Amino acid sequence: MSDTASWSRKVSEVFRDAWLIARKDLAIEFRTRSAFLSAVVFALLGIVIFYFAWDASAVSAIDLAPGVLWVIFTFSGMLGMHRSFGVEQPDRGIDGLLASPVARESIFLGKAFANLVFVVAVQTVAIPSVALFYGLPLGPVTLPLAGIALLAAIGLVSVGTLFSAMAVNTRLAELLLPMLSLPFFVPIVIPAAQATAKLMSGRPVGDAAPWLKLLLAFDLVFVVACTLAYPFTLEE
Amino acid sequence: MTSESVAVIATEKLSREFGRRRAVDDVTLSVDAGSTFALFGPNGAGKTTLLRILAGLLKPTSGTARIGDVSLPGGPAVRRRVGVISHHSLLYEALTARENVEFTAKLYGVSDFRGASERALDRMKILDRADAPVRSLSRGLKQRVSVARATVHDPEVILADEPFTGLDLLGAAALSDLLNSLRERGAAVILVTHNVEEGLSLATHAAIMDRGRILEVEIRSRINGASFGERYRQLVSQSE
Repeated sequence: MSDTASWSRKVSEVFRDAWLIARKDLAIEFRTRSAFLSAVVFALLGIVIFYFAWDASAVSAIDLAPGVLWVIFTFSGMLGMHRSFGVEQPDRGIDGLLASPVARESIFLGKAFANLVFVVAVQTVAIPSVALFYGLPLGPVTLPLAGIALLAAIGLVSVGTLFSAMAVNTRLAELLLPMLSLPFFVPIVIPAAQATAKLMSGRPVGDAAPWLKLLLAFDLVFVVACTLAYPFTLEE
Repeated sequence: MTSESVAVIATEKLSREFGRRRAVDDVTLSVDAGSTFALFGPNGAGKTTLLRILAGLLKPTSGTARIGDVSLPGGPAVRRRVGVISHHSLLYEALTARENVEFTAKLYGVSDFRGASERALDRMKILDRADAPVRSLSRGLKQRVSVARATVHDPEVILADEPFTGLDLLGAAALSDLLNSLRERGAAVILVTHNVEEGLSLATHAAIMDRGRILEVEIRSRINGASFGERYRQLVSQSE
């Protein structure tokens, strides 16, 4: 078999196994719904608190909403990422994965994909809620905003999944995950919030293009770097 | 073991340190195809660490270990040949017994994963509870599912760490039958247990391990069960 064919077979195996692991994680979350409900309740409470702390005469809704949206996404998403490797802990399911023939990269990508679905599901509830509370007309910007949310979610879950894997075996996992992740979320959240602000203020999508390019670049860097770094987090 | 036989599992001066503590100390052993190597030892003797190295879950500090021709930790091809029964069940409580076993079968690339899972659950006499969530099962039933999970891909190497824990008579008999049938089909089994009688009944070779070292290895047919048991009990009482 040629090198190219063998390489493409390996890549397709990595993605096939990743999908298997993601489906397993999503099935567990679908049955328990513990992390999703927590994240949605957290997101809604956050929106309500920001709403009541908001002085509409000092800051316009257009200026405030993008920041609220991304603070909510960042913190509610972290609940899902913490759960990501947490589900492996009680009966050491992770040992079963590591002892199996699947590539370490498949485990990471599977976990990251399940986290992506989780974050997107939370976003699906949170974005209309923010629009409702702040009276924002979402209609014309729905699709581009969904694109930004997806791009940002890819970067966030890559970093969050990696640090979740590192933090899960520590006693202070709940504290360590945000401490490790948040500094790396900054390059994702800034362009996402800036692009969101431009769209919500009625500017054409082209005006947000530089921020979207930056977001895409960080996505690529984080997805590749975190996938390659994951096997090194497994050393005991 | 014998000069003509083929060592499926072999270690050479294998050591593993955790900080200053040597959990596995200079262990050299070999296990042939079609044999069961019963490993006895008190708590903290290093048995689990040794199995974790052989399962590719830990890297040794020094020495070598191999499965077949491949040095560990090896890659997917080696891990595909190994089945691990651990202290922990390695199961997901929110999934059913069948889903857990089918998930493992898919991870190991078993083409007929449904049929293989069905057979594995049946071998462990747990088929009637196959569609119950694992969280609803008792400790013993979970252990049966855990064994089904570990053997669904018909491994050539079985690393079994206290596999009888929690099993009732029916479960223990099913596990003994399974380990014997896998051995008869050419699998190499390492069985870690505290129960001398149970271990010797399945073993072709037996060893005692303490403080990371293998103290003695003997062929089962040359072992006097009573005196071996007595030596083991003395060792455990000394280490307590």
